Amino acid sequence: MSTSLLLLLIVLIGFISYFAGRARSLAQANGKLSNLHSLPGYHGSYVAIWAILPAALVLGAWLVAAPMYIDSSTRATLPEAVQTQGGATVELALGQVKSVAGGLKRLTTEEISALESGSANLRSTLAAKGVALAGEGEPYMITAAQHFNAMNATNRWLMSAVVLLIAIAGGVYAIRNIATRFRARNQVERVMLGSLIVASSIAILTTVGIVASMLSEAGRFFTMVSPFEFFFGTVWDPRFAAAGSGGASGQFGLIPLLAGTLYIAFVAMLFAVPIGLFAAIYMAEYASPRLRSTAKPLLEVLAGIPTIVYGFFALVTVGPFLRDISAQLNGLVTGNYQNFIQAQSVVTAGIVMGIMLIPFVSSLSDDIITQVPRALRDGSLGLGATRSETVKKVILPAALPGIVGALLLTASRAVGETMIVVLAAGVAARMQINPFEPMTTVTVKIVNQLTGDLEFTSPQTLVAFALGITLFVITLGLNIYALYIVRKYREQYE
Amino acid sequence: MTDIASPTVRISARPASATRDIGIKRRYAAERRFRAYGIGAISLGLFFLALLLWTVVSNGYTAFQQTTITLPIEFTEKVIDPKGERATDGKVLMTANYPLLVREALIKQLGIDASKRPQVKQATDMVSASSRTLLRDIVVADPSVIGKTIPVTLLAEANVDSAFKGQIDLNVEESKRKVKDQQVTWMNELASAGVLKKSFNTGIFTFGASSRPEAAGVGVAALGSLFMMLIVLVLSLPIGVAASIYLEEFAPKNRLTDLIEVNINNLAAVPSIVYGLLGLAVFINFAGMPRSAAVVGGLVLTLMTLPTIIIATRAALKAVPPSIRSAALGLGASKMQTIFHHVLPLAMPGILTGTIIGLAHALGETAPLLLIGMVAFVVDYPGSPMEPSTALPVQIYMWANEAERAFVERTSGAIIILLIFLVVMNLGAILLRRRFERRW
Repeated sequence: MSTSLLLLLIVLIGFISYFAGRARSLAQANGKLSNLHSLPGYHGSYVAIWAILPAALVLGAWLVAAPMYIDSSTRATLPEAVQTQGGATVELALGQVKSVAGGLKRLTTEEISALESGSANLRSTLAAKGVALAGEGEPYMITAAQHFNAMNATNRWLMSAVVLLIAIAGGVYAIRNIATRFRARNQVERVMLGSLIVASSIAILTTVGIVASMLSEAGRFFTMVSPFEFFFGTVWDPRFAAAGSGGASGQFGLIPLLAGTLYIAFVAMLFAVPIGLFAAIYMAEYASPRLRSTAKPLLEVLAGIPTIVYGFFALVTVGPFLRDISAQLNGLVTGNYQNFIQAQSVVTAGIVMGIMLIPFVSSLSDDIITQVPRALRDGSLGLGATRSETVKKVILPAALPGIVGALLLTASRAVGETMIVVLAAGVAARMQINPFEPMTTVTVKIVNQLTGDLEFTSPQTLVAFALGITLFVITLGLNIYALYIVRKYREQYE
Repeated sequence: MTDIASPTVRISARPASATRDIGIKRRYAAERRFRAYGIGAISLGLFFLALLLWTVVSNGYTAFQQTTITLPIEFTEKVIDPKGERATDGKVLMTANYPLLVREALIKQLGIDASKRPQVKQATDMVSASSRTLLRDIVVADPSVIGKTIPVTLLAEANVDSAFKGQIDLNVEESKRKVKDQQVTWMNELASAGVLKKSFNTGIFTFGASSRPEAAGVGVAALGSLFMMLIVLVLSLPIGVAASIYLEEFAPKNRLTDLIEVNINNLAAVPSIVYGLLGLAVFINFAGMPRSAAVVGGLVLTLMTLPTIIIATRAALKAVPPSIRSAALGLGASKMQTIFHHVLPLAMPGILTGTIIGLAHALGETAPLLLIGMVAFVVDYPGSPMEPSTALPVQIYMWANEAERAFVERTSGAIIILLIFLVVMNLGAILLRRRFERRW
């Protein structure tokens, strides 16, 4: 019985149990609903929960545990010669046994007996049925595969029987519990509360998952490359080693990537902060409600555009434009029409990222500026200051901590941004200070190292996780500090 | 220091009757400048928005038209099935020399001498190489066409398409452009005969990946995106709402719930690429799910969208006035009943708005999908979320890396499609808010 059919059956049993429980509670109520502690629906749900929940939990545990048990049992049937070779060889043999087992199901009994007697070649017989075998098959694999198939079949019906039995037993047990004074609602609500708690713990689990998965993979990387070399290395050159040659060839220096990341983020902030901040000030202090209600959402459209679109914009418009205009400028000044800005460069990526960040800066700062108490403004204006003087001398100093927090949040966006830099910043990892040349970032290298075929054993792949945890720590630090500042600032005026 | 020193000098120099100079002109000028900066900043922001959209639209609107050539194709048996084996051998129809049919039809149509090889080649180059599969599908679907002559609409090759749309400068020296003079003459000839014409491009909506721009479309990628959005919706809405209800209504104020709160706020700001690493390590490497599958993409995007939905839902729950809760509790409802029967329905518009915005965000997300192998050349529609597929933004990314001019047009066209989806979703969210939002 397939797993989905089994699940369907469990749900069906749950459905029947619901109506059975409802009917029984109604029967016990003797036609007077107020005799019951809980509404009939709660009695029904109580029975349904007992029918579905334990069975589903057992099913889930079984689905995880059974393949492990079957694997180890099959492993035990492999000949001693294979088992003594240990590790990878056993796993390889096991994988072959599994594909043989899949193939055996498609063969007729005559073909199988021909295989067992050794008169037919395993590989060619299976190939004829469309099952490709990685190596030349060994005779012992047939016995092991048959064992594997037999185990699987037993496992299937045993699992179906046990799970269905649990479902029915659960339902019957719960039905017997139903009585007029039985507090079915409280029981059902306990289960509901439990599921709410489970749902909210997923948020925690995600963080734990991020940290644990990246730490473990990065840990494997650091067994091959020393952390010192990674964090303080100034050369990034992860030569792709041929598969199986092993060992860490190439250099994995974080510094050039980090320099590129921070440089591009800095250019982006240099571009976004003045525009965003002035836009926010105008919007909060000067703009009429009508202008505000049209310009603000329009600016925020910039935040809703997917970053891949910005990347494309950089690639086909901004990059070529900067390249051509630099060639023209150079020509006007020196007579040599040679462009000094590359199409892929720090400024290209920085400017386009800056455009993307404008709405972040303006919305966050706008919120913070409007939170500054009215009395401060009135006081300053009453003393004869102009509006711009009020903004510069009173409002901005008062809002400064909040604005700094907003800028830190924006900076963390800039550091973690991927698609724009992938398309606009270039892939050359080098350290230089000319903003018109390409540089690369941490995120670009994560994408580069993990696109295409990869194996989870080489340092070239695992380095992405070390880069990832670095990125995570940087952005987390920026966020926590920013949220702390913003929260503290908010309390100041509440 | 100068502030203190200068007044004494000024006072002595000023006649007693004159009004005190408080620099009002200078200050008003500064005021005007300040306002101008603000207006300038806003206009600059809006200018960039307009430029961005204009770039995409001006590059992309032509992608919705495609030049086609309708030729009477003679399905000669001699070419398709020279040995008459099609009844016994199914492969014959699949591997037949279909381009030859196109070539013969072109020779007849243009009246060229079949023995002049270079000229014939130039002529056949005008038709997309995808005609092979097109004709094959026609014959395989209905083998009775063999021996008949049917007019078939073929796609023009990308360069001819660009030339016909006027995107290639024909004044450039012939050797420097991809469309030759002879081809242009033929093109105009065919166009005046009504054989070659522009029509609405349905292909961009239905085709899958292709290395030839004229035969490339976003259909397959859009289906992959649809699968992922369904997974995100089905998982993140119930989980997000359940988590918010617990945190907002039940959770005791203690260290643990504080931790969860800080955690959720931080998760909302974690770079999306980190979620891709999580998906790669946990779902693919640890749980052994297939690479490039929509189900993994959906799970990763679910985790990414959850914080957004939780934050929106909590705000919506918070906005429901406590009097509703008190009334329900006062009438004897349990806490669970109060929340599920009264608070949640009232908060629903806010929750759905947040969900739609979260989904729109997930739809445009590219970076995490690159890491879990969605950068794949997928030609056929995936039948289920477990099969290899790609996504709309990833398709855009892959096309953006293609060098050909015609792909720039396709990329922009795909971006327009993506932006239309986003606009529709966001408009839906705004309408929902306008229609159902209640101010208490």
